[in-house]
Amino acid sequence: MLEKFTVIRGRAVPLRGEDIDTDRIIPARFMKALTFEGLGQYLFYDERFDEKGNPKPHPLNDPRYRGATILLVESGFGSGSSREHAPQAIKRAGFKAIIGESFAEIFFGNATAIGLPCVSLSPEDLGVLFRMVEENPELEVEVDLVNQEVRFGDRTAPLFIREEAREALVEGLWDPIGELLEAGELLDQFDRKLPYPRRTE
Amino acid sequence: MGKTLYEKVWEAHEVRKLRSGQSQLFIDLHLLHEVTSPQAFGMLKDLGLRVRYPHRTFATVDHIVPTHDRTEPFQDPLAQSMLEALRANTKEHGITFFDLGSGNQGIVHVIGPQLGLTQPGMTIACGDSHTSTHGAFGAVAFGIGTSQVRDVLATQTLAAQKLKVRRINVEGRLAPGVYAKDVILHIIRHLGVKGGLGYAYEYGGSAVEAMDMESRMTLCNMSIEGGARIGYVNPDETTFQYLEGRPYVPKGSEWEEAKRRWLAWRSDPDASYDDVVTFRAEEIAPTVTWGITPGQAIPIDGRIPLLEELPEEERPVAEEALAYMGFSPGQPIKGVPVQVAFIGSCTNARLSDLREVARYLKGHKVKKGVRALVVPGSEWVARKAEEEGIAEVFREAGFEWRMPGCSMCLAMNPDRLEGDELCASSSNRNYKGRMGSPRGRTVLMSPLMVAAAAVAGEIADAREVFGVGAR
Repeated sequence: MLEKFTVIRGRAVPLRGEDIDTDRIIPARFMKALTFEGLGQYLFYDERFDEKGNPKPHPLNDPRYRGATILLVESGFGSGSSREHAPQAIKRAGFKAIIGESFAEIFFGNATAIGLPCVSLSPEDLGVLFRMVEENPELEVEVDLVNQEVRFGDRTAPLFIREEAREALVEGLWDPIGELLEAGELLDQFDRKLPYPRRTE
Repeated sequence: MGKTLYEKVWEAHEVRKLRSGQSQLFIDLHLLHEVTSPQAFGMLKDLGLRVRYPHRTFATVDHIVPTHDRTEPFQDPLAQSMLEALRANTKEHGITFFDLGSGNQGIVHVIGPQLGLTQPGMTIACGDSHTSTHGAFGAVAFGIGTSQVRDVLATQTLAAQKLKVRRINVEGRLAPGVYAKDVILHIIRHLGVKGGLGYAYEYGGSAVEAMDMESRMTLCNMSIEGGARIGYVNPDETTFQYLEGRPYVPKGSEWEEAKRRWLAWRSDPDASYDDVVTFRAEEIAPTVTWGITPGQAIPIDGRIPLLEELPEEERPVAEEALAYMGFSPGQPIKGVPVQVAFIGSCTNARLSDLREVARYLKGHKVKKGVRALVVPGSEWVARKAEEEGIAEVFREAGFEWRMPGCSMCLAMNPDRLEGDELCASSSNRNYKGRMGSPRGRTVLMSPLMVAAAAVAGEIADAREVFGVGAR
């Protein structure tokens, strides 16, 4: 039985920057592995550490945000490479949800499929949330996928997420493998019907 | 009301609706490489599942392959283990694997079309965002994550949501020295790196119709840099001529039948689109990037924009880009010194790319102090380039002629930038740190422009360096 994501509560870490690509989220050299294990420690590695491995100023290195479980981002987050390593690294670093203005297509799908909700706020609401979290790292943020709103301080902001993804997260259907397998015999019909490449020489 | 190719292909492959409202989509062709597949095979094993239709999956090794010395074991034991995992997994599950030295190894998006695996009307998925390349054949092709690789291995289907379709027309004739790479950089520059979110891009218009297949692949390849997960061109006579006789393409009477079937996938003349954008081919110049996203591009004669010239929402990334690249606002891009020149990647490492460069490069030399690399897209491309004397032209000019793989495009092998080196590159991404050095800088451009930069030692206009159009 998959987890049903209804309300996610926690402190948030504000990560500013537009169009942050998946190479930045997880640099390619950390993908040389046969599993996703341990990826969390390399999250945003080149932004957080210099070439000698010393920490640089970065929200994820800021002790005030230690233990935050919600990642706050701007627009176009997760562009570029389709590497699932990116949402895997975020999830394995302890994040339970991402709030932003918009997300790259493949990143959004990958995150949803591993149970990492990505929700959007209007630029205005997102701006307010950023400022409030920057001023008060202790601020409690609630992502409510059922009522489709994000609550923080005395504010309630409507959240946006593709309805199919919301449904999948709330109903515990975000990993579709079980349901895909149920198609059974129907799959064989498609395999017989649709051509596939066959060596002809 | 007519339908677009995207809608027709979608309808023919939609197995059923899922409870979440997503669709279960059948995938005709699944391509694998060593980076995004081992975890998927691991998940399959954990669930006790097998590969359901192994005849629909093909694999090769490209990302981690060294391009100078492929003697095994590789110096990098992690790279070696990834290759071995793919060998073992494909063997165990009966999947065709184009291994090193098979004659067909290469970048996955180069070998698919080259072998004729990629065909019109197919749904194609691969754990790689540049799967959009295959859309050049009128396929609906897109990158997926590793969990979806697992889904496709186990069921040949995945959960998907239908996209909107934007028709992008490029009308007119491209000037000499202007290539598909310039067209796509121009399109992304104008529509933005987020412009394609939620869309499949259908490319058309007289300039696209006039393109050969390998140019169309370059165009579709970088759809993802424009935010569109899918890009495609309707199949036509150019498509069929390219495919005829390739190893996995139907022969004889089946060939005629296949062509009829493929033509029917074309978007209907009265199809409706969610959006239509038209560009003039004559307005497109050789285009280069100056920043850290592929949308930060200018014509070669242009200046790097002043912040106040940019829309407000683009300024923060522009400032970040200027700081990272070490450029000043208003500075011309021409004349910026380059330390590395890279011709390769799934965007521009096909035979026609190399042929075009060799045509002009003959008789020129790479500037002293510039490290110049050519990494052909596949073993087949490398072999043909040797046969045609193209490889020799590159070597003679002072380029290192390497063995096929993704190489410096994402630097998962030993090819990488050092420190803050600046690389003139025919690849697709100028992201921070993309080419292996956290401070390395990438300037994207067409292969001929890379050659011009290599020869001039600085970013230059290939039309001037090589007298393009004068002959």
